[in-house]
Amino acid sequence: MLFMKTLKIFILCFCAVSMLNAQNNYPSGKSVLAKITQNMSAKTKIVEAKMEIAGSRGTRIMQTKTWSEGEKKAYIEILAPEREKGTKMLKLDNKLWIYSPKTKRSIEISGQMLRQSMLGSDMSYEDMMSDSPMQQKYSADVTGEETIDGRKCWILTLTALKEGVNYHTQKMWVDQERNVPLRIDMFSRNGKLLKRLELSDVERIQGRWFPKTMVYKDMLKEGKDTKMTIIDIQFDEIIPTKLFEKTYLK
Amino acid sequence: MTVFLQAYMNGIFTDSIETTAKFTSGYVKVMTSAYKTNQSQMPNDYAITGISNVLKTLQTNYPDMTWTDRIQFGGLLDAPDSIGNTRSQGNVMGLGLHLIGTDDEINRMGLKSKLLTGAFPRKPGEMMVTDQLATKMKLKTGDQVTLMSVSMYGDMAMYTFTVCGTLHFGTEMLDRGMVVADITDIRMALDMDDAAGEILGFFNDSPYDNDRAVELADSFNTKNTKSNDKFSLAMSPMSGVGGMDFLIAYSENAQFIIIFIFVLAMSIVLWNTGLVGGLRRYGEFGLRLAIGENKGEIYRSLIGEALLTGIIGSLFGIAFGLLVSWLMQTYGLDTSGMMKNSQMMMPTVFKAQINVQTYYIGFLPGVLSTVIGAMLAGVGIYKRQTASLFKELEN
Repeated sequence: MLFMKTLKIFILCFCAVSMLNAQNNYPSGKSVLAKITQNMSAKTKIVEAKMEIAGSRGTRIMQTKTWSEGEKKAYIEILAPEREKGTKMLKLDNKLWIYSPKTKRSIEISGQMLRQSMLGSDMSYEDMMSDSPMQQKYSADVTGEETIDGRKCWILTLTALKEGVNYHTQKMWVDQERNVPLRIDMFSRNGKLLKRLELSDVERIQGRWFPKTMVYKDMLKEGKDTKMTIIDIQFDEIIPTKLFEKTYLK
Repeated sequence: MTVFLQAYMNGIFTDSIETTAKFTSGYVKVMTSAYKTNQSQMPNDYAITGISNVLKTLQTNYPDMTWTDRIQFGGLLDAPDSIGNTRSQGNVMGLGLHLIGTDDEINRMGLKSKLLTGAFPRKPGEMMVTDQLATKMKLKTGDQVTLMSVSMYGDMAMYTFTVCGTLHFGTEMLDRGMVVADITDIRMALDMDDAAGEILGFFNDSPYDNDRAVELADSFNTKNTKSNDKFSLAMSPMSGVGGMDFLIAYSENAQFIIIFIFVLAMSIVLWNTGLVGGLRRYGEFGLRLAIGENKGEIYRSLIGEALLTGIIGSLFGIAFGLLVSWLMQTYGLDTSGMMKNSQMMMPTVFKAQINVQTYYIGFLPGVLSTVIGAMLAGVGIYKRQTASLFKELEN
């Protein structure tokens, strides 16, 4: 009896020590985030993409071109379809303007409107407005490991450091080798899953691993999702400053 | 009192129901199945397409009804400054209805009495805003505003309007941020060619009748609604619209309960009058019995007299009640001052409404209570002993 009790205690202690070791083998959340930033961020990006937005009346296909500088400046132009061609968006810090060629007016989007769907997609304007690095907004902890599409991933749990952040908690599956998130679940303060972003077709582009397909799903909305496929991407190209001026919208 | 109370209660409930019907729900409303499920969100991506054909079919199949298509929408209204930059903005709820070339909707919704400044849209590109919104956004007649919303296909929609007038509904819910424009303009703005979110139906020959509306919706849905097709048409009676089921059930039952209690109280009073009247005549009955009149004859004559008194009294009462009700029906009670911050869509002038029930509701309790009172009082006649009659007479 005594032997069995001692054995049980030994096994329990062994398991606890093993778990502790395993946890200690995880990298810090901060370092994982830093590696993602190092791999994916660039001084400037020029991205041409195809957006497939699934709606109740079928799927709309939109082609966009985005010029961005850091995380604070972005200029987006819709190239197709004809109905929306010429619509432009300008993001400067935390401000957003939309120009419609039909009305020839630039309208500033603010307040509640920022939470609305962007161009009918599963993304909100607020999702696009994120203007500071994740490290500044979230505390990060690696809370586990999992395999997605045959790639070993760290599970990174991000918790908002202050009020007013779009999503209170995020759970991110990060490719351990390529430092690319493959899945991000975004939660509200009460733990409700609000949005899911799945990234795939990771390719080596100009020395970086970059996902060429992103599927965005608003989990509160019925129906399908929004798929974004990168047609072309260029890093660290020089972008004329006039693109980030409001007068350029017209 | 019974007649007036019935007419007054009937008027209040009917007016509230009619106001809601004319503004939002119709007596019945035709939508797509998916729109019906989420109608509080005004999901125009599930709007009815081929609306002109649908309207033609409805008019052919239901000739005793009037059908009108409308578009409800939400969005952002933006007013520019002199160089086109955003000067002011406001979240709005919008209504697209037939305004240009016809006054049907203006009359149906009583919009003329709600027009504060300017005029109704008379040419394309004009929009009306509520006075509260105009004040908040510093808008005046002739100003340009841009509506930013979502098209039927889910993409962004922007359209410029000219403010042509201001409205005051008297209901905070609407006055906070309502815009009204011609449906053709809203179709252009939201890319809804030959489409509309909803079709409202009204009976030509009667006010709202819940049984008739439910029956109509059931038969329509059996023929048209398909569970596997989100775009199949579905009809909803007004009682099927959120919140209205309660109001309609309440109006049907509360009116009955309140009137029942009132009639009961009035009956007790009249019954007591009959009883006292009968008892006061004990001396007379004694004399009549003493001179040889039959007990049954006296009892029948008492009831006959009570019946006559009841009928005459009730007729006078009904006539007086009808007169007061008619005055209330014609002039009403203006409560606009008290309803300034109301969230309910209710009329600001409460009016009575005389219907068939008003004519007979006071008659039966008036007659019956007098007769029953007399009958009970008369029971004593049979208990009288001839031997004691002379003694009573001596007194």
